[in-house]
Amino acid sequence: MTTATALRTSTMAQALNLALKDEMRADPTVHVLGEDVGALGGVFRITDGLTAEFGEDRCLNTPLAEAGILGTAIGMAMYGLRPVVEMQFDAFAYPAMEQLVSHVAKMRNRTAGRLPLPITIRVPYGGGIGGVEHHSDSSEAYYASTPGLHVVTPATVEDAYGLLRASIASDDPVVFLEPKRLYWGKSEWDPSLAVPPIGKAALKRDGRSAVLITYGPSLPICLDAAEAAKAEGWDLAVLDLRTLVPFDEQTVCEVVRSIGRAVVVHEATGFGGPGAEIAARVTERCFHHLAAPVLRVTGFDIPFPPPMLEHHHLPGVDRILDAVARLQWEDGR
Amino acid sequence: MTVLDHRHPATVPGWLPGATAPRTDPAPLLPDSSPLRVLGTEAQTKTDPALLRELYRRLVVGRRYNQQATTLTKQGRLAVYPASTGQEACEVAAALALRPQDWLFPSYRDTLAVVSRGVDPLEALTLLRGSAHTGYDPKATRTAPLSTPLATQAPHAVGLAHAARLAGDQTVALAMLGDGGTSEGDFHEALNFAAVLNAPVVFLVQNNGYAISVPLTQQSAAPSLAHKAVGYGMPGRLVDGNDAAAMHAVLSEAVERARAGGGPTLIEALTYRIEAHTNADDATRYREEAEVTAWREHDPILLMERHLRPAGVLDDELVREAAEEAEALAARMRAEFHAEPELDPMSLFTHVYAEMTPQLREQSAQLAAELAAEAEVEAR
Ligand SMILES: Cc1ncc(C[n+]2csc(CCOP(=O)(O)OP(=O)(O)O)c2C)c(N)n1
Repeated sequence: MTTATALRTSTMAQALNLALKDEMRADPTVHVLGEDVGALGGVFRITDGLTAEFGEDRCLNTPLAEAGILGTAIGMAMYGLRPVVEMQFDAFAYPAMEQLVSHVAKMRNRTAGRLPLPITIRVPYGGGIGGVEHHSDSSEAYYASTPGLHVVTPATVEDAYGLLRASIASDDPVVFLEPKRLYWGKSEWDPSLAVPPIGKAALKRDGRSAVLITYGPSLPICLDAAEAAKAEGWDLAVLDLRTLVPFDEQTVCEVVRSIGRAVVVHEATGFGGPGAEIAARVTERCFHHLAAPVLRVTGFDIPFPPPMLEHHHLPGVDRILDAVARLQWEDGR
Repeated sequence: MTVLDHRHPATVPGWLPGATAPRTDPAPLLPDSSPLRVLGTEAQTKTDPALLRELYRRLVVGRRYNQQATTLTKQGRLAVYPASTGQEACEVAAALALRPQDWLFPSYRDTLAVVSRGVDPLEALTLLRGSAHTGYDPKATRTAPLSTPLATQAPHAVGLAHAARLAGDQTVALAMLGDGGTSEGDFHEALNFAAVLNAPVVFLVQNNGYAISVPLTQQSAAPSLAHKAVGYGMPGRLVDGNDAAAMHAVLSEAVERARAGGGPTLIEALTYRIEAHTNADDATRYREEAEVTAWREHDPILLMERHLRPAGVLDDELVREAAEEAEALAARMRAEFHAEPELDPMSLFTHVYAEMTPQLREQSAQLAAELAAEAEVEAR
């Protein structure tokens, strides 16, 4: 198949839907389960048409019980299936936390490798959609600090497709965080491209002044910031992590060493957030290549605000450019 | 007229199917008012003597297993041991009611059920010895890892049973829990899922009176724990948990009903925890010795001896055989647990993921270097 004929234009939501369908067609052990995933196609329509094509057994409307859903998926995986669980929203995945932390993350380890759990847990996450309380959390730090889980979060339409396929095919459990504010953005992409590996960051824009290290919902904002920075005379690189665990330290460190200045950008709260870990690692490993401390632009350390105030909380272009301005340009190289 | 009929009169337009009347008639789901007994009843005479003898043998071996494990704990050979002493009838009947293709989902107190299923005691006890989390192969033995977080294994049993049913496979899953575990959300969610999915799963609650120190009266206001089944639309069964024959009858019936597509069952076994919660617990702080003494009179092995001897099912030869087998197991446990376990510190990193992350590779190299340095110092 040539790339020209394979190109298609779709939203991230449609690409995720296609990834589910393609995996379900390719592998009869892939089963989807969650709340409203049947006739409705999920509240974000990511499972649209799955029950129609694959039947209720393969795309199961479950009772409302997140621990029950994930616990049931564990048993299904123990039997040999490859369950894909949909959590309806970030904050509604919390009831499943015990199953996730005590069993999903640990089962391979608890059984000395004899009982791997190939479960994908899809979680729509993050703000920016005007959601009321409990609909906009960035919960990635909880997952990323739990050994045994992979944490994947795409930021582009083609990565959404490829990384979801890679996650479902993974023999380890994957928490697949879908930036819900990017669900409806359209772009042209090529589904026939190779499925990207889990654990590889992607340089989305090269630059010489500083690098913005980011992922998921903050990628487009960082790209906008890099555009706007040109007016200030800054040439910013943008690195999309794509996977928080495993963390692609090698790529991150290579980029930071070659540029010398870095800002980590994410929506999640700053204290104990992924940015803290990234900044610490970069500092430990690239100290002599740094011309300035690694800065962070994150959500404030507050519960996610009401929708009419969320823009104050979320990292935006101005806040990113302010951070870039603070990168000690005058005393550095 | 049912309660629901009062709340939703059939004349109201627009009520959806199932809203105006109970979808399931609750009457057949209700547990009997007194626990089922077989020993010393008419039902005993109809029970296969070979089965009764097998249950007796397993009980005696199981009791010895509990005693030996408790002793090993006192000697520091096990880190902790939650004994099922007094509850052996539940444990061995659970093992015996399952076929080889069925799955057992045990809790931390159920190592005896695991061993009685045929898992090697050394492998079954690595968790409590502290040498490894799960020492046996869950897939090969069809026995899930011992679950410490209360009731969390119940939905796993449902999922496995559900998957088996979809595959057209005749596998049944049995989840074992304590009375305290029935208060956990996962217990509720598992029962609800099981009933909705019509999954071939059996939930066995061993009501031993206490959750550590908390008595059942502070745990639940339900008429019985078995009554909880009705709310989910599955049958609840109440059984004398110290009557091994009754346990086996109720469990087998539920397991075979599930296998035949009849759906899940909740079984409440009334029993008693003779030992403290674990060796680290002091039971005198929350219960009277007289209570324990009374239950010793209703001991599962005593019950069998009392009822099987006069019936001619139990004889001196079986008593001797069972005792010999029990002693052989205890001797093996002593020998094997007094040897130091083989531990590989590098295994800490091997099974976190299918493939080590770059970070774990770095950390495992660090530990390897530390171990090499230690070895060098020791060699000097
Ligand atoms: C989720 C959870 N909460 C608390 C505990 C600590 N804990 C261990 S055993 C136990 C009592 C459980 O009682 P029960 O379910 O009746 O079982 P039994 O010990 O009597 O067999 C408690 C509170 C736990 N293991 N898991």
